[in-house]
Amino acid sequence: MSDVLAVIDHRRGQLRDVSYELITAGADLADAMGGTLALAVISGDVDQFAETLDRDGIDTIYTVDHGEEFNHDVYVQSIEALYDELAPTALLMPNSVNGLDYAPAIAERLGMPLVTDAIELSYDETLTVTREMYGSKVETTVTVSEEPFAVTVRGSEWAKAEGTGGATIEPFEVSVDESAMRSTVTGFEEVGGGDVDITDADVLVSVGRGIEEEENIELVERLADALGATLSSSRPIVDNGWLPKNRQVGQSGKVVTPDVYIAIGISGAVQHVAGMKGSETIVAINTDPDAPIFDIADYGIIGDLFDVVPALIAEFDE
Amino acid sequence: MKVLVAVKEVATVEEGFELDGTTIDDRYLEYDLNEWDDYAIETGVQLAEADDDIEVVSVSIGPERAEETIRMALAKGVDRAIRVWDDTLAEAELLDVRTKAELFEAVIEAEAPDMVLTGVQAHDDSFGATGVAVAEAAGFGHAAVVNALDLDADAGTAHVRRELEGGVEELTDVELPAVLTIQTGINEPRYASLRGIRMAQRKEIDVQTLEDLGLDAAIVDSPIELTAMYEPESESNVELFDGDADAAAGNLATLLREKGVGAE
Ligand SMILES: Cc1cc2nc3c(=O)[nH]c(=O)nc-3n(C[C@H](O)[C@H](O)[C@H](O)COP(=O)(O)OP(=O)(O)OC[C@H]3O[C@@H](n4cnc5c(N)ncnc54)[C@H](O)[C@@H]3O)c2cc1C
Ligand SMILES: Nc1ncnc2c1ncn2[C@@H]1O[C@H](COP(=O)(O)O)[C@@H](O)[C@H]1O
Repeated sequence: MSDVLAVIDHRRGQLRDVSYELITAGADLADAMGGTLALAVISGDVDQFAETLDRDGIDTIYTVDHGEEFNHDVYVQSIEALYDELAPTALLMPNSVNGLDYAPAIAERLGMPLVTDAIELSYDETLTVTREMYGSKVETTVTVSEEPFAVTVRGSEWAKAEGTGGATIEPFEVSVDESAMRSTVTGFEEVGGGDVDITDADVLVSVGRGIEEEENIELVERLADALGATLSSSRPIVDNGWLPKNRQVGQSGKVVTPDVYIAIGISGAVQHVAGMKGSETIVAINTDPDAPIFDIADYGIIGDLFDVVPALIAEFDE
Repeated sequence: MKVLVAVKEVATVEEGFELDGTTIDDRYLEYDLNEWDDYAIETGVQLAEADDDIEVVSVSIGPERAEETIRMALAKGVDRAIRVWDDTLAEAELLDVRTKAELFEAVIEAEAPDMVLTGVQAHDDSFGATGVAVAEAAGFGHAAVVNALDLDADAGTAHVRRELEGGVEELTDVELPAVLTIQTGINEPRYASLRGIRMAQRKEIDVQTLEDLGLDAAIVDSPIELTAMYEPESESNVELFDGDADAAAGNLATLLREKGVGAE
C-alpha cells in the first residue's frame, strides 16, 4: 500500500493554517505514490474539525476523541495505533512547535527515517524532499530510500486545500495508556502585551543582530523617530533583553503587515520572515548580498548599517 | 543528580560562499558553538550553581576540531565533557536524527542522567528533532521548545514553559528523567572567564568510539541521502540602491517619501 497519513494541527480550539496545507501536500504526494490520503484529527472538538477539514482529495478522516488540548504522549500513542491499523507509507506532520514535540518521537518509535521542515516534496519510486540549511542560505534535496518514512512540512509553503470533499469520517478508538504519560499541560499564557502594538504600525523600522551592541539600538530609534515609524526587531534583540518582547516580529512574536517594513541587519531566517512577509513594501539593509532577506525584499541596500542609517537619518532630519 | 547537555559545533556560512557539490568549501565556513546549545549550557550550569549535588556533563558528536567548542562549554562551567567520534562516524555522509538518537541513547545508558538538555535546533542542519528523538529512544519524558524551567528535583518534576507560535506559552509539568529542548532567550548565556578558559585547557575530554559505546557500525547507515545543494533561486526582483552610503540612502529616502513615509 502506498498511502499517506497526515496529522492535523490545532491549538486551543482552532485549526491551524498548516492543516489545510498538509491536505494539499498529502493529496499531491498520495497522487504521485498512487495511493490515498487519510487525515488524523487527534484531541479537541474532533467532529467539528473533521467536518471543516473535509476538502477535495481526502479519502478518510480518522478522529481520535481524547482530551481537549495537545499532549504529545496522546499524539504518539494515537498515531502509533493508527499506523498499526492503516500501515501508511508516508506520515506527514506539521513542522510547528507542537509538530516538533511529537514527530521525532513517533518516527523514532516506529523506526522510520525522518526528514523535517520540507518545503517541497516529490515522489518517483523514492521520496525527494527539498529543505533549507544554514539559516536559509542554502537549499538541499535529500532522497529517502526507505519506506515507510516520516516528514514534517513547513507552514505557508503549500496552498491551502479548497473545495468540499466527500471523505468518510471515521471515529477511531485509542485506549490511551495513562500510565505512560509523562507530561501534563497545566495552562497557557499570552505574552508580549504592553504599551506598543507593532501590528498597528504603518511603518516599521526593524532591527536585527547586525546592530551588534545594546548601545547602538539608539541609532535605529533615531531613524524610527525621523521617519515617524515604530521600532520592532528580530528575536536575538529581544533574547538579549535590548527590546521588550512586544517588539518581536516572527513566528513566536507578532505577525505584522505594515505599508513599509525596513529590515536593518536582519538575515531573514524563516521564523522571522513568517512574521513580516505580508508587508506591503519590504526594504532591507544588510552587508551580506547572500542574506535571504534580499529574496523577499522589494528594495535593498547592500551596505553597512552604521554608514547607511546615519545617512538616512540625515536625509529626513534636514 | 546529573544533567547532560548536548553541545554541537556548527558551521555558519560566510559571505560570498561557494558550493562544491553537496558541500560548502571549507574556506567559507566558520565553526562555532550552536546558539541554542549556548542557552542549554547556561541552563545546566545555573542548575549546578544552585545545587551542589548537580553534575553537568556535555556530550558532543563531532570530530577533533569540535574540541575548541567543547572547551568553551567547559570554560563556562560544565564539569566534564564526552566527545563521540571514530573513523566510522567520520566517514558517514550524513548523521541523521535516527543515528544521533542511537548514539545519545548509548551515552545516556552509560551515564544515567536525570535530565538531558539539547538545543531546539542546530543552526547548520536545522532538523529541530534530535532532542525529542533522543527522549523516545531513551524512554525519557520530554518537552520541546522550552523557554523557562523551574526544577523540583525532590518531586522529580520539571515545570517548564513551551514557547508556541504567536506569543502563546504552554505551561507543562514533565516527569524526570526527561529531555528538554532549550529555546534561545531562556537565560543570558555567560561569557567564559579567563580563569574558566585556563581551567578548561587542562581538562581531559573523554572520547568515546562506537565500540566503546557497544554500538555496531551499521547504525550510521542512513536511507537519507543528500543529493543536491544549491543557492535558493530568488523569486524576488529586489531593486538595489547602489553607490556609497549617502547616495544609496538618498535614493531610499526618495522612495520612502513617495510611499508617504516621513511626511508630517
Ligand atoms: C522555534 C523558533 C522560533 C523562532 N521565532 C523567531 C521569531 O519570532 N522572530 C525572529 O526574528 N526569529 C525567530 N527565531 C530565530 C531565527 O531562527 C533566527 O535565529 C533569527 O531570526 C535571526 O535574527 P537576525 O536576523 O537578527 O540575526 P542573524 O541571523 O545573526 O543576522 C544578522 C544579519 O545582520 C547582518 N549584518 C551584520 N552586521 C551588519 C552591518 N554592520 N550592517 C548591516 N547588516 C549587518 C548580517 O549580514 C546578517 O544577515 C526562531 C527560531 C526558532 C527555532
Ligand atoms: N552532533 C551533535 N553533537 C551534539 N549535540 C547534537 C548534535 N546534533 C544535534 N545535537 C543536539 O540536538 C539539538 C538539535 O539538533 P538538530 O535536531 O540537528 O537540529 C542541537 O541543538 C544539539 O543540542
